[in-house]
Amino acid sequence: MALTAGFFYLFAVFSVIAGVMVIVAKNPVHAVLFLVLAFFNAAGLFILLGAEFLAMILIIVYVGAVAVLFLFVVMMLDVDFAELKAGFIKNAPVGLLVGGIVLVELILLFVARGFDLGVAHKLAAAMPAADSGVSNTEALGHILYTKYIYFFEVAGLILLVAMIGAIVLTLQHKIGVRRQSIAAQVARSPKDGVEVVKVPSGGSIIPAPDGQS
Amino acid sequence: MSESTYQEWWNYALWLLAMVGWSLLILVVLLIVVAYLLLMDRKVWAAVQLRRGPNVVGAFGLLQSFADLLKFVFKEPIIPASANKGVFLLGPIATVTFALAAWAAIPVNEDGLGRWVMSDLNVGVLYLLALSSLAVYGIIMGGWASNSKYPFMGSLRSVAQMVSYEVSIGFVIITVILCVGSLNLTDIVNAQKTGLGTGVGLPNSLLDWYWLPLFPMFVVFFVSALAETNRPPFDLVEAESELVAGFMVEYSSTPYMLYMLGEYVACVTMCAMMTLLFLGGWLPPVDVAPLNWVPGIVWFVGKCVFVFFFFAMAKAMVPRYRYDQLMRLGWKVFLPLSLFMVVAVAAVLQFARGGFSATGL
Repeated sequence: MALTAGFFYLFAVFSVIAGVMVIVAKNPVHAVLFLVLAFFNAAGLFILLGAEFLAMILIIVYVGAVAVLFLFVVMMLDVDFAELKAGFIKNAPVGLLVGGIVLVELILLFVARGFDLGVAHKLAAAMPAADSGVSNTEALGHILYTKYIYFFEVAGLILLVAMIGAIVLTLQHKIGVRRQSIAAQVARSPKDGVEVVKVPSGGSIIPAPDGQS
Repeated sequence: MSESTYQEWWNYALWLLAMVGWSLLILVVLLIVVAYLLLMDRKVWAAVQLRRGPNVVGAFGLLQSFADLLKFVFKEPIIPASANKGVFLLGPIATVTFALAAWAAIPVNEDGLGRWVMSDLNVGVLYLLALSSLAVYGIIMGGWASNSKYPFMGSLRSVAQMVSYEVSIGFVIITVILCVGSLNLTDIVNAQKTGLGTGVGLPNSLLDWYWLPLFPMFVVFFVSALAETNRPPFDLVEAESELVAGFMVEYSSTPYMLYMLGEYVACVTMCAMMTLLFLGGWLPPVDVAPLNWVPGIVWFVGKCVFVFFFFAMAKAMVPRYRYDQLMRLGWKVFLPLSLFMVVAVAAVLQFARGGFSATGL
């Protein structure tokens, strides 16, 4: 247990430090990299709780895809660091207010529910026992695809709508753009591409313009 | 401190020592294997082009990779003045760390001694998928921190490419998982002991492995693995004809070597993944007397080398893709195909279990 506690404090301290650095870092790319570090430590905490499936999904989805796209966008931005710093001081009170409200809410929650150090054992009791042969992933699937199937489907639909929205916003049909049509290229035969003409001796022939494609 | 506390700490120390020893063993063996696979890559490439390949250092050039290592290590690492120094050095280290970390979860054999794996994860496949998706960070960090145009272009390309092909790799893995019913890599291999071949009465053989029933997915995974590891014909990230060397332009010496090493280790990891998911891992090709006396790890390594041979042949024979063709292949061919296969495989499995009844669980 001592080792688990040690790892807990390691991951917790690093995730808090990384979270602070996301806000404090001057360079936005560094901020995103610290965000990735925070995700990693959160995944470590999930593993300590015995939720290895959630930990892996967190890394695949958030670190492997979402944060990469963040980084992609941030790298492309032309950032003026001086302006950004001025913005930090201007926006700090709002940020502190929001953060303070969340903190107060969390504290109230703990006060209302009672602060119990044995909470980890209670959480563990809701999961399948380690010797039951049912893995975490299986248990999650059994619940997700039976009891919460409608919520799951609705979440999928919302994502689909968002995806279609993004495509509609960026889709442009420009007229006059020549695009490669691989089917047309493959279907092209010597008949379409080559025109055999008889050139009279001493004369010349200008091929018809529609013979070229 | 009481006596039991000391006992506990002593147990931890022993466990830590065992883990460190295990890790060192895996890493040393892996790196030596990678050194020779690199030589094999170059030899195969040379043979296809009717050249001799490296043949000077050691007999048949067997020590070439080690000579290259020494050359890289003893050169001076150059960090560009305008580079972002920390991230610049973090890039290659991240690449090689993520690539090597994958081998903690790859099982290489199972016999009377137990499972030959450092960490027998419940979610082994997901762990490998997560680490292969992290490989993009090394490239993107290196490309951005170099503060130079070609590296930046290269890393932008790589991000789009790797994120695209991860989607189809994910779907391919889902079809295999549907057939097995477990995310554990050892279970996936053991599930391939029975299959199509035993279904028609043959002994356990290579016909049981998933490459046969899931052949389209096998091909999709192979091509996606090439794209995911930035191997030719999809090495647009470092296309020397357009981007000089892509994200590695500004790198020299040991950091450059770490990138190359990470890339090759990621390749070998992909070979191991194909071996585990589709080629029956450490199972012998036919389960008869002389073949099943051979230790499983020999079959495992042999299959990895076999897959790597095809990686090398693809590098030698196929011309580099154009970037829009690469994206077209990923999104318009592989994604619909693998999506369809997920539905088809799920439907077939459901029928095989006795029709569409409400007791599907």
